[in-house]
Amino acid sequence: MTDVKAPPQPAVTVTAPHKRRRADRRHIPVLATLALLALMYGLGVANYDNFSDTQVLLNVFVDNAFLLVVAAGMTFVILTGGIDLSVGAVVALTTVVAATLLNDGWPAALVLPLVLLIGTTLGLGMGAVIHYFKVEPFIATLAGMFLARGLSLLINRNSIPITDPFWTSMAQERIRFGPGIFISTSVVIALVVVLAGAFVLAYTRFGRTVYAIGGNADSALLMGLPVGRTRIAVYTISGFLSALGGVLLSFYMLSGYSLHAQGMELDAIAAVVIGGVILTGGSGYLFGTVLGVLVLGLIQTIITFQGTLSSWWTRIVVGILLFAFIVLQRLVTRRSR
Amino acid sequence: MTAIVKHRLFWPAVVLVLLLVSNVFFAPRFFTITLQDGHLYGSLIDVLRSATPLALVALGMTMVIATGGIDLSVGSVMAISGAVACLFIGDLSNQGSVGGVLLAVGLALVLALVAGLWNGVLVSVIGIQPIIATLILMVAGRGIAQLLTGGQIINVSSPPFRVIGAGYALAIPVSVIIVAVVVAAAVLLIRRSALGVLVEAVGASPTASRLAGIRARGLTIGAYVFAAVCAGIAGLIFSSNVASADSNAAGNLIELDAILAVVIGGTALTGGRFSIAGSVLGAVLISALDITTYTIGVPAETTLLFKAVVVVILCLSQSAAFRAAVFRRRRTPAVTPAAEVPA
Repeated sequence: MTDVKAPPQPAVTVTAPHKRRRADRRHIPVLATLALLALMYGLGVANYDNFSDTQVLLNVFVDNAFLLVVAAGMTFVILTGGIDLSVGAVVALTTVVAATLLNDGWPAALVLPLVLLIGTTLGLGMGAVIHYFKVEPFIATLAGMFLARGLSLLINRNSIPITDPFWTSMAQERIRFGPGIFISTSVVIALVVVLAGAFVLAYTRFGRTVYAIGGNADSALLMGLPVGRTRIAVYTISGFLSALGGVLLSFYMLSGYSLHAQGMELDAIAAVVIGGVILTGGSGYLFGTVLGVLVLGLIQTIITFQGTLSSWWTRIVVGILLFAFIVLQRLVTRRSR
Repeated sequence: MTAIVKHRLFWPAVVLVLLLVSNVFFAPRFFTITLQDGHLYGSLIDVLRSATPLALVALGMTMVIATGGIDLSVGSVMAISGAVACLFIGDLSNQGSVGGVLLAVGLALVLALVAGLWNGVLVSVIGIQPIIATLILMVAGRGIAQLLTGGQIINVSSPPFRVIGAGYALAIPVSVIIVAVVVAAAVLLIRRSALGVLVEAVGASPTASRLAGIRARGLTIGAYVFAAVCAGIAGLIFSSNVASADSNAAGNLIELDAILAVVIGGTALTGGRFSIAGSVLGAVLISALDITTYTIGVPAETTLLFKAVVVVILCLSQSAAFRAAVFRRRRTPAVTPAAEVPA
């Protein structure tokens, strides 16, 4: 896990204690999330029977694999200081297109690459508009959201069941570690995405450029970094991962519906923020986003276990957590200036 | 003539007229306004009536965007204000008492004001990005509204409360009168005093305005409070019109429509110069678009596609880089930064 957290270290030689303090401060938001997660899990185990079952924890992954993938894409975008509001709509569009084509008898081997290509193209288009025409990311992706949601409603306004053998086998396939302990294939895909993303962010030139743009886009440009190409690429990645998240959601739901994933962009942004990624960009880790998704998933689990709490408590708790972590971010960034 | 064409509200107005005229081919009586029982009826009145919540929210959003911010929480504030009012009225022993309804309305607006204060303090005192600061209340606010109503739709049968959203005064819908009064008051307050100029200064350049001695902090908080109170009134109109509080439906996605209305009205999202008339026109345009899709019989979903196209066109036309690329000689990407070639 330490690999995942490894930040792009500045290439300056500093004395050991000083360096240690710097590194710690950068890790404060992630450590806070980790502590919160441990506290929530501890509370759950202490208060509810059967909460300590391994499967409870694994189910958090199973139920949130698609969110993990989408939030990973959002992390790339937010690290550059941008935002992508279109993710939920792209997820919905993906499920609708996949379900429609599969019902028309298209082979899964053709549908899968096609829907991924659609999401990627949408992301590429939004990135190009943002970069070349200097349109605010907020507005460009808002247009993308209207477009994707409108298209999926236009294709079919009803929920379409998926009966394709490949899709159902992916939905039912379980990787078992023991009696009653299993994960779905979606979890494996999500974890591969997270590991690949973390590697790219930490160890490649592209990843460093992402952090550099978030830190200061003008400086990055003056340093000769490929700012435009990278900025377009992060929206393309987000589009691709949203489509992949849509595929995972269609595995999970076995249906395509234009109203799937409503408000998922908010969940993804919340997960990224709670995971300690600074919203102005340039600081944060994909590992933190994973923790953020787990926090959201664990809130749901606790509310389910409690039984007497209603679903709207989720929103209130998420709002409070968002507030706490954003204020924490402010404190951390202010002290580092 | 060119002065009219060059006016920034010319094209939105043309689109609005085209939209309205296109209705006539599908509903010949579209422009007919009749007087029945002392009430005006007709499709045009419907357009105005359905535009009222959006126009109010867009009015508040205009001021927030003018300061260089954005307010995503307006829909949640609408839900909270409607929920509080209906909850209070539902508990009254006599739902028909005017005093009780006024108290409920006052309570709802005070809560909206508190919500705006919260947003404003987060943005200008703590210094959080506006999108994120208001995202908190957007997520939590709807939860709070559902908590207040216990997740139920609260129905009220209070004649005085119905007047706000569904009543008529002097043959004109009361909601339209409320919006007209609020807009007129806002224009008077903002444009007839230095307030508007100060807000534009803050939005155009926070640093320069601070050096000029403008108290940006108070102005910013004021803008968010104004937006929240406008959203609160909109929430009252919405819930009064349906005589119930529905925490899920009230103001759902209205923040996006409001932002769209503001952009159509010619206010740039980067802050600075703003146009109140433009935002109101934008709100009426969106309402007309919704009604047109109903009369033409196009599935309502296509409005989303249409909105996407409108957003793209408007943003590109506002983008200096796009204009430079299209209207200059067709020299390929003049907009690409020179340093983009990796070293």
